[in-house]
Amino acid sequence: MAAVSRRGLLAALGSGAVGAGLVGAGVVAAEASGRASSSGPSGGAEASAVVPFHGEHQAGIATDVQANLHFAAFDVTATSRDELVSLLQDWTTAAVALTAGKEVGEGGATGGKPLAPPSDTGEAVDLHANRLTLTVGAGPSLFDGRFGLAGARPAALVDLPAFPADALVPERSDGDLCVQACADDPQVAVHAIRTLTRIAAGRAAVRWAQLGYGRAATVDPSAPTPRNLFGFKDGTANPPASDAKTLDEQVWVQPGDETGAAAWVAGGSYLVARRIRMHIETWDRTSLTEQEQVIGRTKAAGAPLGHAGEHDAFDARTLPASSHVRLAHPSMNGGAQMLRRGYNFTDGTDGLGHLDAGLFFLAYQRDVRKAFIPIQTALARQDALSEYLEHTASGVWAVFPGVPQGGYLGQQLLGA
Amino acid sequence: MPSRARALVVLPLASLAALSLSSCGALVDAPSSSSSAAASAGASDAAAASVAINASDSACQVAKTDLPGGVTTFSITNTGSQVTEVYVYDGDRIVTEKENIGPGTSYDLTVDLTEGKYQVACKPGMVGDGIRQAIAVTGGTSQLTAAEQTAVDAYRSYVQQQADATVPLVQQLRDAIASGDRAKAQSLYAPSRVGWESVEPVAESFGDLDPRMDVREADLEAGQQFTGWHRLEKALWTGEDLATVVPVADQLLADVKELSQRVPNAAITPTSIGNGAKELLDEVATGKITGEEEAFSHTDLVDFKGNVDGAQKAFEVLTPVVQANDPKLVTELTTQFAAVQAALAPYADAEVPGGYVSYDTVTADQRRELARVVDALSEPLSQLGAAAAGQA
Repeated sequence: MAAVSRRGLLAALGSGAVGAGLVGAGVVAAEASGRASSSGPSGGAEASAVVPFHGEHQAGIATDVQANLHFAAFDVTATSRDELVSLLQDWTTAAVALTAGKEVGEGGATGGKPLAPPSDTGEAVDLHANRLTLTVGAGPSLFDGRFGLAGARPAALVDLPAFPADALVPERSDGDLCVQACADDPQVAVHAIRTLTRIAAGRAAVRWAQLGYGRAATVDPSAPTPRNLFGFKDGTANPPASDAKTLDEQVWVQPGDETGAAAWVAGGSYLVARRIRMHIETWDRTSLTEQEQVIGRTKAAGAPLGHAGEHDAFDARTLPASSHVRLAHPSMNGGAQMLRRGYNFTDGTDGLGHLDAGLFFLAYQRDVRKAFIPIQTALARQDALSEYLEHTASGVWAVFPGVPQGGYLGQQLLGA
Repeated sequence: MPSRARALVVLPLASLAALSLSSCGALVDAPSSSSSAAASAGASDAAAASVAINASDSACQVAKTDLPGGVTTFSITNTGSQVTEVYVYDGDRIVTEKENIGPGTSYDLTVDLTEGKYQVACKPGMVGDGIRQAIAVTGGTSQLTAAEQTAVDAYRSYVQQQADATVPLVQQLRDAIASGDRAKAQSLYAPSRVGWESVEPVAESFGDLDPRMDVREADLEAGQQFTGWHRLEKALWTGEDLATVVPVADQLLADVKELSQRVPNAAITPTSIGNGAKELLDEVATGKITGEEEAFSHTDLVDFKGNVDGAQKAFEVLTPVVQANDPKLVTELTTQFAAVQAALAPYADAEVPGGYVSYDTVTADQRRELARVVDALSEPLSQLGAAAAGQA
């Protein structure tokens, strides 16, 4: 276990929303009294480290943020509820093997029938588990008439409204299902999504996908706060994995939040994913002083303006009126918080000589209506940082509760 | 359960026999080194027929030149200084091949061989006819069961029929080009390819015909001649003077006639029929869905239909064989073939030569939908070759 890191609640409150957490909402970092048992080793350097798949909640949410991401949204093409169940059962079986660092299918990569294609594609064979987590959720579109799920759609699984300055590409937004694969080796994460895609053939197809690197948040208070592509620390105040109370209040859906056929979502969470293109070239031509005014924190230490240390207590109202950290701070948003697991991305160029780069924003929360939507509404209207940002993809999913031993992903929704 | 570290060890093929496959179908039991000689399981046939090939700059040493029929795995090691490739020929037909084997590297090439005489060719530098070694295959599991023989006979007859039907269509195409009738030649172009597209893997096994008849301009190597259907396609749709491609049309006609004459000697096995079906769908996925195959004429859907029909025919002749080994696969493929045919049906247009709408009218969303059904079919179809060989 890593050393216990303690910070006072007030100090954490003062540390403010987001370092430089683009759109990111603030999170109250309460006392960090230790690390969650599901967390891997700090830094994730040990390739053989395994994050348990089974549990009360899905792994990959409060799990220490791994170094790499492959995220994919799927359109379900299955035509019956039974087929959808079989897909999620097969995904569960594969996910159990993948997250344990094992090959999938009979014979695996090399031990099967010589004249048949191998069950496992093989590119992760000597890479071990690398703390791979697979986290699966259901989008609003899954709750249409196709699978008899209309009545089970949680009230909190709302369609996101259009925000000012959105430039969303529908072809790479939304999706019936999403899978977040995080690992400390990019090839392990890509192998996992590829494998699930292959298993899904005929029942679901990838709608869109995103690779990410360089985690832009952490839930490990003992780890240094990572930086985003604007060069600012991002995720200073993410709730620690050890802070069960804050996670229950802000991240995990609680029993009673939803009733009737939608009660299945208790123990799950809601994920908002946004592909945020960052105009880094114009940002890079902005003076240091202005950059810090836009963010509301210093670039070197990540300290709130007017303070010295990253985790110094501060009053958000003392920061520049249009600064990102002020607008996203919980105290400006009725206490709303999210657990962020964003990743940087760089997808070649835009054809105009600029990097197509940015932040793939992933945030988990107990209720989208109380967290992401009001915070993003405020940011889109007033945030000085918006000048440098463009939201190009978006989706919201109800993330399934954890899978008990012998169960399958989504069983709480589909098992009845 | 072992971790991936176990599988990193390059196992000699013999120890594959010790694989104990878990019945739950999800996880892999790799053998521990101490128990690898103890048990025996499904892969023992392959293990028994592992044959080493030492491919050097000046030699092609095959460890065993008299082989039993059935599944053989050639364990190739390139001990030379140049990149090499290894072919197995049956006369002028390529049975199987592996290109780009780097110096000091090894590769396992698995093939199902029936009784007969073959040549193994190593090609250091990847050029020329290579250094050849004759091998003979006798008896063994190459003896086809009655059901397998029925399947092979039915498929050969189908291939012959398609090849024969292509000859008069190419004749008409050639005549229209020779008479300078561009509109008529354009209308004859796509229909003249349907037979070829239906049996392409068999045609491709005659290694010399395919590059002459069906190469695309983008795939040409420096110095290679652009001939065949796509050369004619380019001339027909770019307004080029047709007189310049009359010799190309003549050659294509000669080639389709030759193809038709060679079919009786094509080596066809249940496995090659099954793998051929998979290759036809690969053609759809990489060439037709993308619209790359028919870049000028946009008649990709005609080829698409030919590929799917050819694959479906292969599946149909194999069904009685596979039904015994893997009934679930038969059910799955029956469903998925129907889904692909249903997805293709809305694009049928009897008014258009070839019977399908121009591919440039098919939207990106529609192409994505076609890709989905093709992927859904291709994944189980990739199991057909092994199932036909009894490796279910």
